[in-house]
Amino acid sequence: MSDASFIEAKAPPPIAKKRPGLGGLIFAGVWALIAIGLAAYIVGNWNPALLDTYALPYLEGLGVTVGLVLSSFVCGAVLSLPVALGRMSHNPLARGLAFVFVYFFRGTPLIAQIFLVYYGFGQFRDFFDTIGLWWFFREAWSCALFSLSLNTAAYQAEILRGAIQSVPRGQWEGGTSLGLSKAVIFRKIVLPQAMIVALRPYANEIILMIKASAIVAIITVYDLFGITRQAYSRTFDFQTYVWAALLYLAIVEALRNLTNLAEKRLTRHLVR
Amino acid sequence: MESLTLLGFGPTGWGDEIAWGVVVTASLALATLPIGLVFGFLLALAKQTEDKLLKLSADIYTTIFRGLPELLTLFIVYFGVNNALQSFSRATGLPDIALSSFVSGMVALGFVFSAFASEVFLSAFRAIPRGQYEGSSALGLSRYQTMILVVLPQLIRIALPGLGNLWMNLLKDTALVSVIGLTDILRQSQIAARVTREPFLFFGTAIVIYLVLTLLSSVAIGGIDRWTKRGEMAK
Repeated sequence: MSDASFIEAKAPPPIAKKRPGLGGLIFAGVWALIAIGLAAYIVGNWNPALLDTYALPYLEGLGVTVGLVLSSFVCGAVLSLPVALGRMSHNPLARGLAFVFVYFFRGTPLIAQIFLVYYGFGQFRDFFDTIGLWWFFREAWSCALFSLSLNTAAYQAEILRGAIQSVPRGQWEGGTSLGLSKAVIFRKIVLPQAMIVALRPYANEIILMIKASAIVAIITVYDLFGITRQAYSRTFDFQTYVWAALLYLAIVEALRNLTNLAEKRLTRHLVR
Repeated sequence: MESLTLLGFGPTGWGDEIAWGVVVTASLALATLPIGLVFGFLLALAKQTEDKLLKLSADIYTTIFRGLPELLTLFIVYFGVNNALQSFSRATGLPDIALSSFVSGMVALGFVFSAFASEVFLSAFRAIPRGQYEGSSALGLSRYQTMILVVLPQLIRIALPGLGNLWMNLLKDTALVSVIGLTDILRQSQIAARVTREPFLFFGTAIVIYLVLTLLSSVAIGGIDRWTKRGEMAK
């Protein structure tokens, strides 16, 4: 056997430098075109009067959106506790009722629920007058609060149930063997662990609610989207929508980053 | 009994109008689904490439369409794209083209669906072990064959629950398109409610129809789930 049959060892070929492919160039190009187009549109139609007229209403609208979402989130959280307990209960009636509640609100569009409350309940005005609740269902804002609270209660009940059930049984058993009562085990041992699991779903739920709350503009609540629609119908200037989009994106991104920070902070004892 | 006449078919009832609304809602959701799935899949591929520009562009897409309210996306497509098309046709002298509310709904919901679907596909891709790719390359399969014959069948199985949720959201989001005038279930019930002054009856009917649609969807998704898992051992 001659030496010629051996292949001479060579250094591996240098790794080709990654260059942006055609797809990336086109995709990024589309974004660049849209950004330039929007910027050119806004600069070309620059209108200080528009900004003067609508800057403050936009901020007020933002306030309405945030206020509505926060208050219905809290109401929903309170309502979700009995629903979640019902879902986990051994009583078939409680389980069935909780299931129907959750299925109803998760299986139908929020906009239809809001319409049913805002327009539909007006039909029973006499009834609400007699029980003294008409002042509540007369206002678009409180109808929105009512529907959003019930809707988010259904979603939050599922989050809460999932989080509580994610805590291993051993935690309950350990608590029992220490002689703690069920209520104390739930409050001091299970809930804190469940809340870490539930943090991200809860944050997602707030983000979803901020997005969904734009619907209340249709029933004449002047939230951020309502103000935007009003501004557009008066000026026919498309930048009204661009400003609203930027504001919504800013809130959602801020919330997402805050959640990441909070999760890092809360789970720092789990890092190895 | 009066309400039954109102919901009946024929000239005195609103049954036929609402039934047409069901057809419109279902066809909008079904027409959006394939577009959203294909774009979502492509976006997921784009997010795992080494090409930084492509990845960045796909991330921008997801950030925008996941962060904007669906209603705002819809209005931006309906008014923004129509404005742009109008000025384009005016500038070039071509005949006017405009997006109908159905097409606008399809585009806007397609954007939203694909942005969320790309994240579902991405996490499904990450759940497929490297060994599957190495095994197929050891068998001499091309990259395309690996994708179609090895990765995709497993990907569908992993992604199906997430995609099922997205389908439910899509079905519910079609109700938003009624705001820009699409004659879907909600729009028809709104018209009926206004004419007959029976809003509770008609919005209640609409809600029941949506419940039936989501119930049917969850049955169908369960069936598809069993079908994708037919190769797995019975547990």
